[in-house]
Amino acid sequence: MSERIDAVTATRAERLRARRDARDPALWELLDDVFDPEVPVLSLWELGVLQDVYRDGADVVVVMTPTYSGCPAMEAMEDAVRSRLRVAGHRNVRIVRRLSPAWTTDWLSSDARRALVAHGIAAPGVLACPQCGSARVSSIAQFGSTACKALYRCNDCGEPFDVFKAH
Amino acid sequence: MSPDGESNDLFAYAVALADDALIHGQRLAEWVSRAPTLEEELAIANVALDHIGRARMFYARALEVAQDGRTEDDLAYRRDADEFANLTIFELPRGDFAVAVARQFLTDAFNVPFLEALAASRDAGLAAIGEKALKESTYHLRRSRDWVLRLGDGTDESRRRMQSAIDALWGHCAELFEPFAAEQRLIARGVAVDRAALEKPWRGTIDATLADATLHVPTTQPSPYRGRLGRHTGYLEPLLADMQVLQRTYPGQQW
Repeated sequence: MSERIDAVTATRAERLRARRDARDPALWELLDDVFDPEVPVLSLWELGVLQDVYRDGADVVVVMTPTYSGCPAMEAMEDAVRSRLRVAGHRNVRIVRRLSPAWTTDWLSSDARRALVAHGIAAPGVLACPQCGSARVSSIAQFGSTACKALYRCNDCGEPFDVFKAH
Repeated sequence: MSPDGESNDLFAYAVALADDALIHGQRLAEWVSRAPTLEEELAIANVALDHIGRARMFYARALEVAQDGRTEDDLAYRRDADEFANLTIFELPRGDFAVAVARQFLTDAFNVPFLEALAASRDAGLAAIGEKALKESTYHLRRSRDWVLRLGDGTDESRRRMQSAIDALWGHCAELFEPFAAEQRLIARGVAVDRAALEKPWRGTIDATLADATLHVPTTQPSPYRGRLGRHTGYLEPLLADMQVLQRTYPGQQW
């Protein structure tokens, strides 16, 4: 277990370092405007999909890690990245898909978790109703409206709600 | 072995793993609009997408190795049944919900240790796919195992159907543990997973779950089909006809 925690900490630290040591911070700021089409309160950076963005000669290279293998939003995210960069004048965009280390909800920041709950989605690993805060909840289905969510119901206020699955 | 021989083996191995995932994904996709409840419909569609996404990653790895100008679409939509290398358990008909559960459970219980081992492959591309897909299969197994328990230890009717689904698929499970020639060579190089070694842990999972579900382990003989070698059942061709119709009618068509 401690080995796993170390690995998580290491990959999270590496992500933060890529951003902090960015050669071109302006590119990062452009992409902060690009949100997950299915969870529109998280930017691709906060979601943990965006890993790096930098210039390589005349190209802009964007490194992205897919959430779930079959997530149909991945292409929409790539299109949104291209279009955001194009509007800012970057016409040659190369997107690199990086599979390893595999995407994990451990990469979500505490701000991102708060944004999820405010949007009515329980944060990964914290099973509580986003409406009334009750922890008395029951599972309706292990898969919800998108690959990253499961469906629960609150036993106190009776509302159904999405849970961002711990992954 | 020559570098060419090595890359031919890696290509064949990655395509075989992709074919398994694609054909399973396609069978699952047939459930859309037919599932017993809306929640199960969403679950099955999500699992189908995970398998189809996995197929794309394996095809992409194969094509990185081959570098022959072919695309993922060429491999998925423009090969005939005898060129597909998927194991036959994935091509067997959709059947009832118990068959979908049985196929998912029997193969999830294999995929979890398989992907865990693949994550340690000496091929970095395959290892990355193993690491990623393992998380998904672990989640799939939780659901498929739950359903085996609910249906097996359920009503007389659900128990009867769950048992007959396991019986119908059992003879096709032997293929899960049989490496083909290229795979044998890749095992020796630490690239492919030694699937024969997974039979024991797999049987452990199956025996324990079936016992909890008040079901029995079938004694069916192995089927004579060998999907890896292109010896398929008659069920693959109609599946491909359905899946490939667009690219066969309008080659190269894009959305």
